[in-house]
Amino acid sequence: MPVDPAATGAAAASPAGRAPAMQHRITLTINGTRRQMEVAPWTTLLDLLREEMELTGTKKGCDHGQCGACTVLLNGQRINSCLALAVTKDGAEVLTVEGLAAADGTLHPMQAAFVEHDAFQCGYCTPGQICSAVGLLKEGHARSAEEIRELMSGNLCRCGAYPNIVAAIEQAMQQAGVAAR
Amino acid sequence: MPNSETHFGAPRSRVDGRLKVTGAAKYAGEFTAPDLAHGYVVSSAIAKGRITAIDTAAAEAAPGVLRVFTHENRPTTAWLNSSYRDEVAPPGKPFRPLYDAEVVYSGQPVALVVAESFEAARDAAALVRVTYEHAPHETNLRNVLAEAYVPPKERPGIDPPPNPRGDAAAAYAAAPIKVENGYHVAPEHHNPMEPHATTVVWEAGGKLTIHDKIQGAQNTQSYVTSVFSLPKKDVRVIAPFVGGAFGSGLRPQYQLFLAVMASLELKRSVRVVLTRDQMFTFGYRPDTIQTLALGADREGRLQAVMHEAIAGTSPFEDFQEVVVNWSGLAYHCDNVDLKYKLAKIDTYTPLDMRAPGAPLGMFALESGMDELAHALKIDPLELRLRNYAEMDQNTGRQFSSKELRAAYRLGAERFGWARRSHEPRSMREGRELIGWGMATGVWEAGMQQASARATLTAGGKLEVAIATADIGTGTYTILTQIAADALGLRMEDVTARIGDSALPTSPIEGGSWTAASAGSAVQAACYAVRETLLNYARRMENSPLANAGLDHVVFTAGHIALRSDPSRSVSFADAMRAGGVDRIEQEETTAPDKGNMAKFSPYTHAAVFAEVRVDEELGAVRVTRVVDAIAAGRIINPKTARSQIIGGVVFGIGMALTEESMLDHRLGRFMNHNIAEYHLPVNADIREIDVLFVDEEESKANPIGVKGLGEIGIVGTAAAIANAVFHATGKRIRELPITLDKLLD
Amino acid sequence: MNRFSYSRPGAVSEAVRAVQAEAGAKFIAGGTNLVDLMKYDVERPRRLVDVGALPGLDRIEEQAGGLRIGALVTNSALAYDPRIQERYPLLSRAVLSGASPQLRNAATTGGNLLQRTRCYYFYDTGTPCNKREPGTGCPAVNGVNRIHAILGTSEHCIATHPSDMCVALAALEASVEVTGPGGDRRIALADFHRLPGDQPERDSTLGADEIVTAVQLPPKGFPANYTYLKLRDRQSYAFALVSVAAALEMDGGSIREARLALGGVAHKPWRDPQAEALLRGRPATREAFAEAAALVLKDARGYGGNTFKIELARRAIIRALSQAAAGTPQPIADKHIA
Repeated sequence: MPVDPAATGAAAASPAGRAPAMQHRITLTINGTRRQMEVAPWTTLLDLLREEMELTGTKKGCDHGQCGACTVLLNGQRINSCLALAVTKDGAEVLTVEGLAAADGTLHPMQAAFVEHDAFQCGYCTPGQICSAVGLLKEGHARSAEEIRELMSGNLCRCGAYPNIVAAIEQAMQQAGVAAR
Repeated sequence: MPNSETHFGAPRSRVDGRLKVTGAAKYAGEFTAPDLAHGYVVSSAIAKGRITAIDTAAAEAAPGVLRVFTHENRPTTAWLNSSYRDEVAPPGKPFRPLYDAEVVYSGQPVALVVAESFEAARDAAALVRVTYEHAPHETNLRNVLAEAYVPPKERPGIDPPPNPRGDAAAAYAAAPIKVENGYHVAPEHHNPMEPHATTVVWEAGGKLTIHDKIQGAQNTQSYVTSVFSLPKKDVRVIAPFVGGAFGSGLRPQYQLFLAVMASLELKRSVRVVLTRDQMFTFGYRPDTIQTLALGADREGRLQAVMHEAIAGTSPFEDFQEVVVNWSGLAYHCDNVDLKYKLAKIDTYTPLDMRAPGAPLGMFALESGMDELAHALKIDPLELRLRNYAEMDQNTGRQFSSKELRAAYRLGAERFGWARRSHEPRSMREGRELIGWGMATGVWEAGMQQASARATLTAGGKLEVAIATADIGTGTYTILTQIAADALGLRMEDVTARIGDSALPTSPIEGGSWTAASAGSAVQAACYAVRETLLNYARRMENSPLANAGLDHVVFTAGHIALRSDPSRSVSFADAMRAGGVDRIEQEETTAPDKGNMAKFSPYTHAAVFAEVRVDEELGAVRVTRVVDAIAAGRIINPKTARSQIIGGVVFGIGMALTEESMLDHRLGRFMNHNIAEYHLPVNADIREIDVLFVDEEESKANPIGVKGLGEIGIVGTAAAIANAVFHATGKRIRELPITLDKLLD
Repeated sequence: MNRFSYSRPGAVSEAVRAVQAEAGAKFIAGGTNLVDLMKYDVERPRRLVDVGALPGLDRIEEQAGGLRIGALVTNSALAYDPRIQERYPLLSRAVLSGASPQLRNAATTGGNLLQRTRCYYFYDTGTPCNKREPGTGCPAVNGVNRIHAILGTSEHCIATHPSDMCVALAALEASVEVTGPGGDRRIALADFHRLPGDQPERDSTLGADEIVTAVQLPPKGFPANYTYLKLRDRQSYAFALVSVAAALEMDGGSIREARLALGGVAHKPWRDPQAEALLRGRPATREAFAEAAALVLKDARGYGGNTFKIELARRAIIRALSQAAAGTPQPIADKHIA
């Protein structure tokens, strides 16, 4: 069945030969809240979160899938939100760093482990690291420190907090009942 | 010391940790305003020449575009070059964005598109058509070595090489053991994870609040007021969090100029964020070619050190980081000749990058020492001990403290150095050759004048404020610890405010001097509060502290108590009531002790030990273990201190093995301008890093006895790894990074 | 990134018609390469036809003793599928050695086949590039070419195909199912990617309006004797300087069947049937492997920055075949190269 998403925006005045500015209505569940919104097709999930939703916890480090700072959980899986056009994710559930802590402010065990192990310095890659680590645990493919290192290599940290990041994840894994090492 | 320290020296989690792990910490490009417009930079495609035409019509006609700024329509800004010189500018004529049609380096900003949204600006930026007239460029340092010159004007704060001492050439000629070689470290880019960004919030009447990625809010403020001729009161810079900088945020970068320019012209708020590619269009660690000659006697005692470095700089500024000076003080040697020259290439001006100069110079010196040890068949560690410098021969001063011997000893013990078999290629496991290498690190333990304010409320809450920055170094946390100790408070009762130009004057956060400078100022301000508080308490009627001096009391749990009888005490609130105030505010300024500075040289030292495993056939190198033993005075927070050193070591591993900005000299352009192809180390590259802090009593460098930690971790690391590679393979690689191709021969 | 229109058809045939109907229309699925290239203005589509949610293409199914991998199966789903891990571990290893977990969660099998080169010049619209703008020249030939090709190059282009997955698929003799206005067809993987010649702008033999619907794996998966060896400038999250997919069928100490494909060295996954033939029936010795390597590389040519790849590839082929013969595949997380 054709699902040409409702193109609600009229073609904007644009120079000859240029594609018209079309807005598309999509629904996203962001950190548990279902929202309907209009997006242009060229808006990435990252820019939507940061610019439209003011959820700036998700970071833009390279905008090209080379650093992992923009990592969010999309339908439970970690992805680079900078390479995801929002319009293509209609109906998805998005979990960002802002949605990890409990409503009463209690930190998610991964967040708490990052604080305890000083697993960050400047903090800019941190939300992406934490979302990625949450995704990693969910995937269940990492059992050893070596595997954590490999499967966290999509998240660059220029401050070089890697050993502490691995320690934090090992702790969170143990708390979650996953045997590390 | 009237108070016992409970926080100073204790491992404490970062006070800003919660903000950072929840995503609540706001960085420069994340502040917003109701009328925010977005700027996107168009960068030049050529390295040198002039713009003959710039067609912005299509861009201007694109939906949402507000204005396209180019050199043709930019507003007038300050006339004099000196107006563009920031706090740490090297000598020369600072780059002026959109100044005229001249292109002086590849990637230079040539236009700024401002639009209602980020996407609209990005879209329109691709529609700007620039026509260039090329001029011949030169970006290859090796082609201009003959034109190298001693910089005619020194960069403030950077000492030129010391005068030669003894007769190095003659001593070298006479030395029975000689090593002489050339060394090269590839240019590197800082690549902090947060791209450079500026958000200018414009208020009616022209008042600006600027959120800039900067290592010193006041540097941005003074640049903006000077370039745009604005009164200081109308420009406030707020940068509470900086997403890494490593030197890239020392100087205001062009996105600041462009954002402020656009904001003033459009009379609305503007944000300009650089793309990751554009992070390769300003300062970098300069291309530097070195030669080093070491002469020694048969016992390994250095007879001569000759070290020369030629570094690339831009056509318009003489960037200086000297590189060679540490070779005159790291070891005892009476015949030393150090030279540092510049040569101009058509790139942007290089920029201080984590321990500017030192990891380059120390890569040469420490590789040379390793070569010497090998030639003499002496344990490389023993060779360093035989040449231990008891004083700084560059200046003739004593070191303010130097527990490097202890660092060597403890580092070697932790590493297991004694089990090393010194012959190269003598350790292996399966297909892998194992190598153990070591090196010395040294870095200035500076202190700068700084001011801080402390405000204590009757409710027992303390705020300390200083315009410094926290670029991930832990400044918030250590200032909180120092302040809490000064008044006997819990850390939860103390707030540190930084990153705001309206706060008391601070130098930029750089040079590893922030803990010493800001820490001393904060402590002094808190001590002043303490004195005032005690004065009030003594004046109370029937005060139990009537005759007590500061030495007789302790500050604890919101009370001032007699040391001899803690049951006799006055609460902070009562003391303030007696003084008729509900808060006490004190501002203090601290500066290095001139007497001490004339007599002593303050340096931080490190002993770095590294293990590598090299696939013998394929050349692939892994760093499997690093022990870095640090002598850095008193450690305020072992937890964040360890992180600082680990970070420096990771930087050093990048320098040693993976990082290289590759110039296409025909195009005059850095080509791997992204972080898929510029290889920062990833998690899988980093294994065990063991950090040790040795006890070191420091009483001269600054009032709080600390030495900075932001830079020492990288110095020596690349050399230790290269030495380990030699030990593993018998191959001496003098050009970093040691990519696998260099080990295939 | 330019403005473009967007549609999300509900069926493959509709998607094909949508792309056919509009010049400059492109398919998008995972988007991990296309969106990346659009942000660099290397790709400027007028319309994106979203095939990411087309039904039925995200399954791995049994087919003729082998497996049929739908074009929308993500790299993660592919690599961790128990059938793939058990029967085609070479493919699993290759996929897991590429990109990052986040990218693998989004990137699809079809998209991976079509991912474009990492050549610095191709990515930089400030420089000439024959692949991006035919006729402008190839600065890589005399420029920064550390990551470039040594086999099958032309004066017009020395770019490499960056995929790891495709190298394994080449060794496994996979084929690609495509459909288009002219109907369905099947393309052997060896014929899917092409050499640059004088048309470097064309990466593959896929028609302009055709779409990949699946990849077919033949029954033979070499689960006992295989390796995927990837050499790169850092330990993870980097493209291959050289990679080798080696798959053997052993008969005691000698080789019954051999497959050998290289990544990072050419405009396509580089498979050499002659070298495979040379190995067939030979004892699995270093000498035999060295001969095979020499044969693979006999026409290799370096361009300065990448000349080392010739020697690196020679050694990597020998190592990979040795690992495969010994049944000790290269682990992904263990950075010790066995």
